[in-house]
Amino acid sequence: MPEPKTAPNIANAEALKKMYEDMLLIRRFEERAGQLYGMGLIGGFCHLYIGQEAVIVGMQAAATPKDQLITAYRDHGHMLACGMSANGVMAELTGREGGYSRGKGGSMHMFSADKKFYGGHGIVGAQVPLGTGLAFANKYRGNDGVCMTYFGDGAANQGQVYESFNMAELWKLPVVYIIENNQYAMGTSVARHSALADFSKRGVSFNIPGIQVDGMDVEAVEAAGKEALSFARSGKGPIILEMKTYRYRGHSMSDPAKYRPKEEAAEVREKRDPIDHFGQKLIQRGVATENDLKEIDTRVKQVVIESADFATTSPEPALAELYTDIVI
Amino acid sequence: MATQILMPALSPTMEEGKLARWLVKEGDVVKSGTILAEIETDKATMEFEAVDEGRIGKLLVAAGSEGVKVNAPIATLLADGEDASAAVTSAAPAAKAEAPKTETPAAAPTAAVAAPAVEIANDPSLPAGTEMVPTTVRIALRDAMAEEMRRDPDVFLMGEEVAQYQGAYKISQGLLEEFGDKRVIDTPITEHGFAGIGIGAAFDGLKPIVEFMTWNFAMQAMDQIINSAAKTRYMSGGQMSCPIVFRGPNGAAARVGAQHSQDYANWYSSVPGLKVIAPYFAADAKGLLKAAIRDPNPVIFLEHEIVYGRTFDVPKMDDFVLPIGKARVVKEGKDVTIVSYSLGVGLTLEAVEKLEAEGISCEIIDLRTLRPLDIDTVIASVKKTNRIVTVENCWPFGSPGTEVASQVVAQAFDYLDAPPGKVTGKDVPMPYANNLEKAALASVDDVIAAVKAVCYRS
Ligand SMILES: Cc1ncc(C[n+]2csc(CCOP(=O)(O)OP(=O)(O)O)c2C)c(N)n1
Ligand SMILES: [Mg+2]
Repeated sequence: MPEPKTAPNIANAEALKKMYEDMLLIRRFEERAGQLYGMGLIGGFCHLYIGQEAVIVGMQAAATPKDQLITAYRDHGHMLACGMSANGVMAELTGREGGYSRGKGGSMHMFSADKKFYGGHGIVGAQVPLGTGLAFANKYRGNDGVCMTYFGDGAANQGQVYESFNMAELWKLPVVYIIENNQYAMGTSVARHSALADFSKRGVSFNIPGIQVDGMDVEAVEAAGKEALSFARSGKGPIILEMKTYRYRGHSMSDPAKYRPKEEAAEVREKRDPIDHFGQKLIQRGVATENDLKEIDTRVKQVVIESADFATTSPEPALAELYTDIVI
Repeated sequence: MATQILMPALSPTMEEGKLARWLVKEGDVVKSGTILAEIETDKATMEFEAVDEGRIGKLLVAAGSEGVKVNAPIATLLADGEDASAAVTSAAPAAKAEAPKTETPAAAPTAAVAAPAVEIANDPSLPAGTEMVPTTVRIALRDAMAEEMRRDPDVFLMGEEVAQYQGAYKISQGLLEEFGDKRVIDTPITEHGFAGIGIGAAFDGLKPIVEFMTWNFAMQAMDQIINSAAKTRYMSGGQMSCPIVFRGPNGAAARVGAQHSQDYANWYSSVPGLKVIAPYFAADAKGLLKAAIRDPNPVIFLEHEIVYGRTFDVPKMDDFVLPIGKARVVKEGKDVTIVSYSLGVGLTLEAVEKLEAEGISCEIIDLRTLRPLDIDTVIASVKKTNRIVTVENCWPFGSPGTEVASQVVAQAFDYLDAPPGKVTGKDVPMPYANNLEKAALASVDDVIAAVKAVCYRS
């Protein structure tokens, strides 16, 4: 193992270890969610974020508490990374009273006004105008916040995305569009669904700048995130970050992922895994020891086991909840 | 302490499956992510991964076993230093905590109904002695499309994942192989765009079948369906035609939440310029889909995911086409008329079995087509039974059942011995929680209660 060239900066070291821990929490949480699904304790669709952890964790490291975020249905990682509790998320997955939507939303539909997390949306592309509207509100109020609007490579083809792009640039709205290009929209590869595969260029005809980022490298994401957020915050309007990433699992729990060779996922896992590689880097730089990482793993596992316990012992919602929260 | 590895549920509607193949053997060390086995569901073969680390103790279920129930133990997992004889003291960590009030976890509503004990009347339109072939609704729909595509080169299929993936719900299985990528076309996720492209192609005389992965996503395309497809014949003074079929699963599957569970029967049936079909039986799915593809109008074809895997008789005929707009008397009876369509017919059959055991004789009408509505068949029945209950799963406001009741009251008021009864989905967005979802859907008990109410029985 090479010696660290410079003594690590302590404050920075803590921040780096925190990013490692946040990514690992998502990974272990998702593995457990997959298991609970297999046991029939989670129902419906369940879209795991395994492989993409660096995107949300890097962005959250760049964001400030003023900034909002909104995404689609592959949302468990976003919620954990913005500080929502593992217990509340897992209990929503099991449809229990202790869940963020008191069991009424499920995996795809969770929110936290407190953490400025605006969902959790099941309709592909629908969150893009919504995120643009949150940015509109920021500008209207003059509050300096930026809305981070996440969507997939598949969603990037929906018409409402381009309606939003146009207005966002026209009105110089403080929004960062983060395209999580994990190479597939369900079973359709980017090459088969997109006439222009470089998503960072999707804003060209609206004059929106875009940057391609290695979405498997949490530090690269953080750096690009800082740049984009400050661009949007300074009144220059929207900007696009294309995150090159990969989902290891099927689209949802019931997708056998037969449309790609097994070796493809195995190779990404081997060569670009965002967590393993970042862990190795931390050790090489002397920021963390093998033992530190083990301790983090133990801590994270404990959080996840507790969340599974909470999520399976929290009661189902009361039947009266069927008719609450419709209109007030 | 050895733990059990349980048979996983691998889709929203799976209750049992086949353990196709073990990829580990007794004694193997596994860790999170190790692939343990291949498991077949009704739709796919899935790999099943380990979450916990340990060593495989015993394989409890042999490879090739069919019908293994979800949550049945399939292997034991040993911790460090244990041998295979270690007593199994607990299930996998989270399994021990059963939900306080949960009954069966994540069971699909009324999934896997056995062939109903209620005698189903033969379709009078069939020649006597026609051979019947048990077929799933899924295959019946596929066959309908394949037959029409063989017959008419202007018919093509377009939608998300319909070609290479063979359909998100496997309805288009084999079509890409037979007809090629000119006629079986994968689209990007752009419903508004490809619905419009289909409609434009239909203006030029092609006969597109546009699949929506589910009808929930057709809301993106609603403007094209209503403003362009439904109204153009009228607006053009009859010059323009739009021979297109929009099809896909409608209504709630199992626990997919409010944005993925809506039933659109009332929306589309309210639109002049559309025909709307919502079959239950496989034969109707086939005969009516063929008719829809040949029809010169835009046709909305509402399927149901829960019904896809159900098996019914389909007549073996070279060209089995049914008339659009004709209801079918599924079973004759004297005390009450129950009018339904789509999955509601399955609910009705289950309820009727119990009602007849209590001495209430039920006539069941399957509307099959919602627009145009075959009200004559309903009125004739009500004149005989003097009571009517409608059964459906959409929201109550302005539902097809509401329309049936209104027309019955207008045309046969004097024949009614009780106000019409109505069973629908509850007037709420679909909740995710298992208990709330069950409560939100129309149930067999709801049907029984409504029938008893119109018969003044308790
Ligand atoms: C409007 C709409 N159409 C179709 C779907 C079904 N669907 C859900 S996710 C998905 C693929 C989306 O792919 P992408 O945007 O790349 O996101 P990823 O799943 O890769 O995160 C599809 C087709 C939907 N939910 N909404
Ligand atoms: Mg994608």
